[in-house]
Amino acid sequence: MKVVKHEIPSIDGKGIMMGHKAYTDDFAERNSLIVKVLRSPHAFAKIKKINADHARKLPGVALVLTHHDVPRKPFTRAGQGYPEPSPHDKFVLDEYVRYVGDEVAAVAAVDEKTADEALKLIEVEYKVLEPVLDFEKALNHESVIHPEEDIHEMFPIGFKPKINQAAAYHMEVKNVEESLKTCEVVIEETFYTQAQAHAMMEPHTVNARLDVQNRLIIYSSTQTPFHVRRIISQALDVPMSRIRVIKPRVGGGFGGKQALHGEMLVSLVTLRTHKPAKLVYTRKEVFESSYTRHPMRIKVKIGADKTGKLRAIDCHILSDTGAYGEHALTVFMVAGSKVLPMYNKVDAVRFHGEVVYTNKTSAGAYRGYGAIQGNFAVESAIDMLAHKLNIDPIELRKMNMIAENETSPIFAIMGEGTEGTAMNMDTCKLDYCVERGKALIGWHEKYPRQDVGNHKIRSVGMAIAMQGSGIPYIDMGAATIKLNDDGFYNLTVGATDIGQGSDTILAQIAAEALMTTVDKVIVYSSDTDLTPFDTGAYASSTTYISGNAVYKAALKMIELLKKAAAKALKVDAETIQFDGKAFSSEASESTISLIDLSNRLYYNEDQEQLTATGSYFGTKSPPPFMAGFIEIEIDKETAEIEILNYVSVVDCGTPINPKLAQGQVEGGIVQGLGMAHFEEVKYSKKGQLISNDWLTYKIPTSLDIKKLTTEFAESYEESGPYGAKSVGEIGIDTPPAALGNAIFNALGVRMTELPMTPEKIFQKLQKK
Amino acid sequence: MIVKLTLNHQEKRFDVDASETLLETLRNHDVMSVKKGCDASSCGTCTVLVDGKPMLSCSLLTVRLQNKHIITVDGIHDEVEKISTYFGLEGADQCGFCNPGMALSIYALKQMLSNPSSEDIKTFLVGNLCRCSGYQAQFKAIKRYLGDPL
Repeated sequence: MKVVKHEIPSIDGKGIMMGHKAYTDDFAERNSLIVKVLRSPHAFAKIKKINADHARKLPGVALVLTHHDVPRKPFTRAGQGYPEPSPHDKFVLDEYVRYVGDEVAAVAAVDEKTADEALKLIEVEYKVLEPVLDFEKALNHESVIHPEEDIHEMFPIGFKPKINQAAAYHMEVKNVEESLKTCEVVIEETFYTQAQAHAMMEPHTVNARLDVQNRLIIYSSTQTPFHVRRIISQALDVPMSRIRVIKPRVGGGFGGKQALHGEMLVSLVTLRTHKPAKLVYTRKEVFESSYTRHPMRIKVKIGADKTGKLRAIDCHILSDTGAYGEHALTVFMVAGSKVLPMYNKVDAVRFHGEVVYTNKTSAGAYRGYGAIQGNFAVESAIDMLAHKLNIDPIELRKMNMIAENETSPIFAIMGEGTEGTAMNMDTCKLDYCVERGKALIGWHEKYPRQDVGNHKIRSVGMAIAMQGSGIPYIDMGAATIKLNDDGFYNLTVGATDIGQGSDTILAQIAAEALMTTVDKVIVYSSDTDLTPFDTGAYASSTTYISGNAVYKAALKMIELLKKAAAKALKVDAETIQFDGKAFSSEASESTISLIDLSNRLYYNEDQEQLTATGSYFGTKSPPPFMAGFIEIEIDKETAEIEILNYVSVVDCGTPINPKLAQGQVEGGIVQGLGMAHFEEVKYSKKGQLISNDWLTYKIPTSLDIKKLTTEFAESYEESGPYGAKSVGEIGIDTPPAALGNAIFNALGVRMTELPMTPEKIFQKLQKK
Repeated sequence: MIVKLTLNHQEKRFDVDASETLLETLRNHDVMSVKKGCDASSCGTCTVLVDGKPMLSCSLLTVRLQNKHIITVDGIHDEVEKISTYFGLEGADQCGFCNPGMALSIYALKQMLSNPSSEDIKTFLVGNLCRCSGYQAQFKAIKRYLGDPL
């Protein structure tokens, strides 16, 4: 391969660093109305009275919106395909406010100062209600967070709002209880994972204007431009044909921008005032009023015989979706469906639980999407089992983990809120990943611990993980390739580059197939008027789904080129040979270059525009796999931890761009380490967010990372473009369990609650 | 209020409110390379050089910058081009929102420290947050830019 599996610099990195306009707010109209949102100071309240008269009269105020002024139509902001597996339980503005930071009203004014002033003039009388803040007490709580009658599920997801249940699910293969009874060793533990903030660098941003055809043109920092168009249309009753959504460069998403945030209010302002409008979330709003990761309580039981053969796994999860049920069912299900198949040789397995509403910031999609939560519990429990059996945790995994050409019944049972899809592991290099990682970290010499003196201990820990490559039979990507005169191409894709480099790797796939170079493939992505459809950047779908679409489009283009060349050379198309630059035929003495052919097509003879479209949906979701190994140094007295090295060995099939794939893995590792070690969304007793800026919510800085060692297994997934699987999420899954296991190996205390801060470790040590 | 300052080697006169930040002034005048990542001087995306020193434009009032020399990436084009080339070669580009600010800090680092150690580099850049990368590829790129052997 000449382009794929080569380290090509990101096609737009230079332009961005040089400071060219790139992001949503860079394209806001200079005279945009500034939209600001009045947010609830209460965790749960009903608006008894709202008076915006004074705000409306303030000079410079163009519009004030309260729940009396907006369409009342339940929808979900989740940004998923249709029908969504999330309940339609949100209104543009509602008479209830369900968390501190929920939307009460919006103003649009000529400048920020006036908008802020107007917010202060809105008089709101609240009936403050008892909030539900402890998710373990949410089910059947006397406060019902969603008492409204007009909300609904799109298909059965276990939606019971009257008992604060957003979703529920149960599945069982054989009889887990019976199987556990026959086990010689059983591990039973309860784990807690916390809310994590996405904390992408670019805040949620949207701006809108009307064009000369009176259509609504929206720029949005979104991961799902086509879903944004559909959801705005549904929620605001505007025909989809009147809306164009453009996704410029996005400054990080991690799932947080899969959903819609300011899009409804800004669209309404522009539709009502006919003026351009914009909204840039403050950092406080990003923390308080967008999304977090779903906190979970995970009860795990794992049973085995005394040789270490796993017999049964039982997993019950209570998940906290916060004020709205976005991604409630699916994130919770992924905690099982992308963790449990790793141990496919068990006799019996059960996964069940509930997702509950609380009066906190809504939880939503977040890189890992449940898998990181489930992984922490199951991969910690596997180490506990290894300890009890006195078996090396790597050996225990090797005895029980999934291997190439094997399957798990869970694939067929559990899908994204619906039934799943049976599939074999055509590529699974987990055995290599484990062995290679073991060598790279120096497990043999370092496991379990070394006392390095000065009351410090060094230890190692590990975990394995799997993710997916898109959602089978649901996620769809499409690509169009257009030939230009002078022999270069446009590649338009619905796929959404949010910083992961999809524009670059899709150009590489096209260039490889067209036997050309990346500079001859001009990429334009994510514009609902101009590019073909794509479900968006989520569920690790882009490389596999959108990449396959690009590959198919390129093959079609080659067929069109050959036909055109055959006409020019006056031979049969079957005889044409194309090497990316020129066409020849055994039936002709003459040849024609691509440049000459394209110029002939547009200027001289047989004039015709050549355009080829490919689209793809997966019939399976080949999982990327990885083994993660951590080496830490821990102070016995203070429990302070220094992370010395993190080794990742990843099977993502062919890495289309090895350096960018490495960036995906390492970015995931560091975000996962943040969750494992110190990141935590914190609330006051009244439900106010305490961690609402970069100082109260610390993310990893340059000083927190000592060494990352990242390698890829040789692997070729036949169903993927040039053998690729996806790689966007897999990196985030292993750090919590690997760190927890390393802490146990160092100090003999089992951490069951994230984040594993020195304070919590210290407390456990005191109790030991 | 009228403020006279030098922006990227050119004399400028800005008519600003007393409460206007340099970040607002720059973006209002189409300097889009300075980004607003937060509003509390803690993320580094709005970094500019003020008389050669990296500072956060979200917490500088424009009226107080009379006669100062402000540099954004547009003012050190050739150096930023070099930095971005190394970023590209090392695969250090992800969402890019932090990159212009980081480039200015990297340039300042090169001006202010000679032969910095890895720890010096990390400490100098601790105020430029990045949520995408894990920082490793960036360090490799920065070391190449600083002329260190890899």
